[in-house]
Amino acid sequence: MPYIPHTEEERQAMLQKIGVTSFGDLIKNIPVELKLKQPLDLPEPLSELEVERLLRQLASKDVDGNQVISFLGTGAYDHYIPAAIDHIISRSEFYTSYTPYQPEVSQGTLQAIYEYQTLICEISAMEVANASMYDGGSALAEAALMAVNETRRPEILISQGVHPYYRQIVKTYCHGQKIAVAEIGLNNGTTDLEQLRSRASENTAAVLIQHPNFLGCLEEVFELETVIHQQGALFVTSNDPISLGILVPPGDYNVDIMTAEGQALGNPLNFGGPYFGIFAAKKTYVRKMPGRIVGSTVDEQGRRGFVLTLQTREQHIRREKATSNICTNQALNALAGTVYLTIMGKQGFKILAEQCLQKAHYLAEKLNALPGIQLKFSAPFFKEFVVELPYSAKKLLAYFQQKNILGGIELSSFDYGFSNAMLIAVTEKRTRSELDLYVELLKSFTN
Amino acid sequence: MSIPNELLYTEEHEWILVDGDVATIGITDYAQSELGDIVYIEFPEVGSEVDQMDPFGSIEAVKAVEELYAPVSGEIIEVNTNLEDNFQMINQDPYGDGWIIKIKVADPGELEALLTAEQYAKKVGG
Repeated sequence: MPYIPHTEEERQAMLQKIGVTSFGDLIKNIPVELKLKQPLDLPEPLSELEVERLLRQLASKDVDGNQVISFLGTGAYDHYIPAAIDHIISRSEFYTSYTPYQPEVSQGTLQAIYEYQTLICEISAMEVANASMYDGGSALAEAALMAVNETRRPEILISQGVHPYYRQIVKTYCHGQKIAVAEIGLNNGTTDLEQLRSRASENTAAVLIQHPNFLGCLEEVFELETVIHQQGALFVTSNDPISLGILVPPGDYNVDIMTAEGQALGNPLNFGGPYFGIFAAKKTYVRKMPGRIVGSTVDEQGRRGFVLTLQTREQHIRREKATSNICTNQALNALAGTVYLTIMGKQGFKILAEQCLQKAHYLAEKLNALPGIQLKFSAPFFKEFVVELPYSAKKLLAYFQQKNILGGIELSSFDYGFSNAMLIAVTEKRTRSELDLYVELLKSFTN
Repeated sequence: MSIPNELLYTEEHEWILVDGDVATIGITDYAQSELGDIVYIEFPEVGSEVDQMDPFGSIEAVKAVEELYAPVSGEIIEVNTNLEDNFQMINQDPYGDGWIIKIKVADPGELEALLTAEQYAKKVGG
C-alpha cells in the first residue's frame, strides 16, 4: 500500500500550475556533477507482511526482563514497571504530541513536565529541575560544562568511581571546549579523599562523583562536600534515582548540580535506550542550566497555566552563547518516570528502595559465606556489589546464561585492573527463591 | 523617544554620562522600548577591567538577549544592584534609576569616538 498520497495526475497538475514540465526543472540549479545518476543501491521494497516477519526475526534475538532472571546493573536495571504506566503514556495526546512551544495548545504536556520537575525536586531535595536530558551520561557531561561556565575555571575532576562510559562521555564533551578532565582514583572502592584534597585547586570548576558509584559502593558524600567546597569548586553528582528512596538526597549534602540516569523509574531496558537524563541544581544556577524548563504562571484572566520558561538560556534565542545545544527532552520517557513515582508514592518509593537494599545484602552475605568467594569492598552498598571469584567470571556467566540467568557484569574489560571480579545488581523483582538459586548454581559451578 | 542632549551614545544603544573620571552607563529609551520588558541583567564583576566596546554583560527581555558594550575602557567600580528584583526600572527610567554600571574612565580621549545626541537621534530616526 503506497503511503504517498499524490497520484501521477495530481503531480502533473501541480507541475503545470507552477509552470514547469517535470520535477527535474525544479532542481535544475543543482550542479550536474552533484546529482545522483543511478538509483540508490537498496534492496527491493517489502510488503507489510514481509517487514513484520523480518522485524520479528530480529526482535527474537533479544530477551526482556520477563524471559530471564537478571542481575545486571551499572546504570540500567530490571525494576518492575506497573501496567498503568504504559496505559497512560500510550494515550495519543502524550504519545504523538511534539514539543510544547505553543502553550495555548500544550497545557497537558506542559503540566505533565511541570509535575515531573516537581517530583525530581522532591526526591532529590534539589531546588530546580529541568524537563529532562537524553540520558545519565550526557546529563553528567552537561553538568560539567555548566560548572565550567558558572565558575569560569578550566578544569574538571572526575572520580574513577563514575561509570567508565560516563567518564568517556564527559571527556568527549569537554574536548571540544578545551576543558581539562583529570581522574581521581579510588581507595577500597570509594573516591580517595586525600588524593582529591591534594589535587583540587582554584582551577577546579567541579568534582564529579557517582553515588552509589559504579562498583556499587556508597561514597563519603559529606566529607567530599567539605573538600570540594573548600576549593570553591562545584559538587556535581550522578545518582541512582531508586536509591533516593532510602539514601540522604543530594540537596541535603549541599550538591550544586545533581544528575542521574532515569531508566530505573518506569522505563524498560529498551536494549540501551531511549532512557532519560535527570538534571537538577541549586536555584542560583538556574540561568546556566541546559535543557527545557517548564514554569507555572497565570493567563490574562488569572487562570493557572504552564509555559516553557527561561528560554533565553536556549539556543533558539541565545544562539552560540546558549547554555547547551540541546533543544529537546525525553518527554515520553520522563512521563513514564513521572507516572511511576506517582504510583509508588512516598511510602512505596521507600519500601521499594528498602527491598532492593535488603535483597542485595541477603545475596551478598550468602555469596560472601561461600568458600573462595568474597565481597571485594568493605564499603557500604545499596543494591549493587562486587564479588571476587577464584576464577574469571566469564565461564561462570556463560554457565548462568544456560540456566536463563544473567548473573552479573564481568569487570575485566573496565579500567579497574580486576581480573576475577563481577558486579551483581539485585532489584525488588528478585525473589528469595531466585536468590537462593543463584547461590546454589554458583556453589555447583565452583565445585 | 527621549535622547538627552548631555549624554553620549554608542552604536549599540548604550548611553554614558561622565562626571570627573567616573562614567555612568545604561541603555537608551529606544533600546528599552525595542527590547520590551527587561527581566534580567548579567552584571560584570566589580573590579574587572574592560576595553572600549568590549561586552561587559548581557540584558535579557522575555524573548531576546543582547550583549551590553562598554562605551569606554576602564575598571568597573559599581553595578546597580537596586535593579535586582526590579529590572523594569530600566524600562521606566532608562537614564536615571535604570543606570546599569559605573566605570572609572581610563582614557577620556575615547569619548571622541562616541555619538552625540544628535548623531544618535539620526541613527534611530528619532
